[in-house]
Amino acid sequence: MSTTVAPAVREETPFRRFVSEFAASKLALVGLVGFTIIALLAILAPWITPQNPYDLAQLDIMDGRLPPGSPSMAGYTYLLGTDDQGRDMFSGMLYGLRISLMVGVGSALFAAVVGSSLGLLAAYVGGRTDTIVMRIVDLQLSFPSILVALMILAALGKGVMNVVFALVMVEWAYYARTVRATAMVERRREYIEAAECLALPYRRIMFYHLLPNCLPPLIVIATQQVARAIALEATLSFLGLGVPITEPSLGLLIANGYQYMLSGKYWISFYPGIALLLTIVSINLVGDQLRDVLNPRLKR
Amino acid sequence: MLTWIVRRLFQAFFVVVAMTVIVFVGVHVIGNPVDILISPEADQAERARIIAEMGLDQPLWKQYFFFVNDVLHGNMGRSFVFNEPALKLIGSRMPATLELAVTAVLFSICFGVPLGLYAGLKPDSVAGRAIMAGSILGFSLPSFWVGLMLIMTFAVHLGVLPSTGRGETAAMFGIQWSFLTWDGLRHMFMPALNLSLFNISLVLRLTRAGVRETLPMDYIKFARAKGLTPRRVILVHVLKNIMIPVVTVVGLELGSTIAFAVVTESVFAWPGMGKLIIDSINVLDRPVIVAYLMMIVLLFITINLVVDIIYTILDPRVRLETKA
Amino acid sequence: MTVTLEVRNLRTHFFTRAGIVKAVDDVSFKVERGQVLGLVGESGSGKSVTGFSIIGLVDPPGRLAGGSILYRGQDLAKISEEEMRSLRGNRIAMIFQDPMMTLNPVLRIDTQMIEAVQAHTNASHSEAWTRSRDALGMVGIPSPEERLRSYPHQFSGGMRQRVAIAIALLHNPDLLIADEPTTALDVTIQAQILAEVQKLATEHGTALIWITHDLSVISGLADRIAVMYAGRIVEAGEASTVLDRPAHPYTHGLIGSVPSRNKKGEKLRQIPGMTPSLLNLGVGCAFRTRCARATAVCEQEPPETLIPPERIVRCFHPMQDVAA
Repeated sequence: MSTTVAPAVREETPFRRFVSEFAASKLALVGLVGFTIIALLAILAPWITPQNPYDLAQLDIMDGRLPPGSPSMAGYTYLLGTDDQGRDMFSGMLYGLRISLMVGVGSALFAAVVGSSLGLLAAYVGGRTDTIVMRIVDLQLSFPSILVALMILAALGKGVMNVVFALVMVEWAYYARTVRATAMVERRREYIEAAECLALPYRRIMFYHLLPNCLPPLIVIATQQVARAIALEATLSFLGLGVPITEPSLGLLIANGYQYMLSGKYWISFYPGIALLLTIVSINLVGDQLRDVLNPRLKR
Repeated sequence: MLTWIVRRLFQAFFVVVAMTVIVFVGVHVIGNPVDILISPEADQAERARIIAEMGLDQPLWKQYFFFVNDVLHGNMGRSFVFNEPALKLIGSRMPATLELAVTAVLFSICFGVPLGLYAGLKPDSVAGRAIMAGSILGFSLPSFWVGLMLIMTFAVHLGVLPSTGRGETAAMFGIQWSFLTWDGLRHMFMPALNLSLFNISLVLRLTRAGVRETLPMDYIKFARAKGLTPRRVILVHVLKNIMIPVVTVVGLELGSTIAFAVVTESVFAWPGMGKLIIDSINVLDRPVIVAYLMMIVLLFITINLVVDIIYTILDPRVRLETKA
Repeated sequence: MTVTLEVRNLRTHFFTRAGIVKAVDDVSFKVERGQVLGLVGESGSGKSVTGFSIIGLVDPPGRLAGGSILYRGQDLAKISEEEMRSLRGNRIAMIFQDPMMTLNPVLRIDTQMIEAVQAHTNASHSEAWTRSRDALGMVGIPSPEERLRSYPHQFSGGMRQRVAIAIALLHNPDLLIADEPTTALDVTIQAQILAEVQKLATEHGTALIWITHDLSVISGLADRIAVMYAGRIVEAGEASTVLDRPAHPYTHGLIGSVPSRNKKGEKLRQIPGMTPSLLNLGVGCAFRTRCARATAVCEQEPPETLIPPERIVRCFHPMQDVAA
């Protein structure tokens, strides 16, 4: 049983080393701080924003398309202006951020579960299961993500759940491929042989022994995929295939502002775009550094 | 070489078959084919007649063969909205998308290779670092938002470029093209740049990595030892080595570029098949959706096949391996 | 005899983040027309960097830190890059260690040869082609016309080195620097290449600097030998004298460790320890840590001592008349 105990004992030092190596890049720290602030703003949106942008009763159509800094009928200031519905852009943005993050992180997590399970299974069982799973992965990865998402949304129709489903379908293959590749290497190691000699159940070996050792690349992929998922959700929503108009995500807010941009009312599209951009860039900065730190090939 | 091509063709064929099954399942099993293929305005008698006519009361495997048969005959139903055969509709929009995608791919080489070359030759210079930082943005920025910002800057504020549409077109081979007129080119510049942004970053990074990898090679030192000018060493010896992976990747990206044109066409109201599919999804014009999916899958597989073959011809080392 | 090249107090240092690496530190030697100088040393002794310093191809962070390189009285350390380029491959040529790496894999042989001709003459394409073909024939490549159309990977290692030699000799250089050109080859091929280079050098009166770690290669070839250790020349003189009666303990050890010189059953002799790191090397004889004759005085800089008639040794305790 020493194989299961060993990681727990050694956990302290590798984790500290990981933290110090991660902190070596100032850019990555900026990304981490940025993302934390963004996530906090999104989570705390109901307590920060002056207005609930989804409550139609609080919206005043008379306040529509006001430039940033205009006073509202209710007394507060529209820091970033209002959209055509009279929605405070600042409030709308933070709520939109909530939806974007929820969809992005949720689909990435779900895809991680599905993808890594299938990847583990393919690597551990091998044979025909491996061939079938990996063929599907190859086939899917040969098509661009937007096309796969379009196909699914074309078949299922619009809607948040359908978007999440489409994102999971787009992303799972990346996890499966990564986890399988790592697991193929790990499963030949002695500790797996030892576990097999102990005649532990397959499930236990796969999830307790194999999976923890596949985590580093999985974390890297997951970070990148969250950013991709957020961008793709925004794109789909922009195209009008995503979330409903009553609860706009960042992408839909940008789409709403599109028609007014030509008349110089830039703020409706501009600020949600900046929020989207900052979110994606900060996640990518963290992801890049994670990749450098966790990639065993770059080490030593 | 020949057996390799034949094997590659077989692979492509199986992917096409797999895709027909997936699209068929998507349309006939997950969705309700009656809703998908019959106009919502049709009355009861009309519905019954069409169901019988299309064999929707037949067993599933028979329906699949009907479907494949129809696809082979280019019969994918009529658009509800335009009341035209779906395939013909898509065909008429395809040139606009193709010229946009090809221009975007050309842009990615024209901008990506020189920038990458510079960043690779002077990795520690300010400009070199700025180029690399910019390429991260190119990967991160959602392209639709960049498109909007381009319109805001160049069309609204500066007023130097037209914001939307294809502009004036001229005919070549009986098809209307934008790139043949000055006005058309002006209209195409922003969308093509927008569409190529991701690929520019990709090509730039590939080129830079290639330069960094090639420069310390002995054959570069030997080329310099021959007394060649730095210009020739870089433009011939370094670049030829880099162009093989770059051309391959760019070729492979042509398919993705066509797929991502969906976004750019929506932003710039470019009347290509990408805008058509989005409009069709929004009004549930399903025959057009099915036809688009089949077309783009076919296009995709063809591109991958052609790139593979070209790559084999380009790289003498690969050529030898496949011969042996 | 005219002196083709005279190197005086050459210093080539690498300015790395960890500190200054004095790869070549105060090296002086002379090569006369038609003469062969063997530059001998272990890997990391600075012999290759010396070669690259002469031809002006030291890559950053390395650069010349002092001394002069007089080619026919002209100091190569002071001329412009363009003047250096016009000498490179023309009057001063170089061949490299690994023939598998010296030819650009994606360019045909004719491209790589013709560009070398045209880099220094105004020859037309067909004139350059003819010269290339003749050059290939001269180094013993059968059916050169056909071979010109080949890619490097279609040649064996020995053939590739012949091509490299043909390229280096295209302009009948006054000086040829050969950086271990036979190390990567089979023994039989080695002998052929050696004979080939020697023949061509004598025919044209080319001065030859043959860089090697292998004393058995150099013994039959060189007129003079310079032994390098840790960036310095520790012993230099006429080849037969140095090889038969080495004065420096390092030369002695080096000769002793050639396996063919050991008798059967005798224990293989070797030099204990490893070459020191050139990073922040202190004062004193760099070999003292591995030297059996070292004393306290060796911690000071050893002077250059002349052993008549013209041998130079950098050692406090030179061996006198000890046969190797």
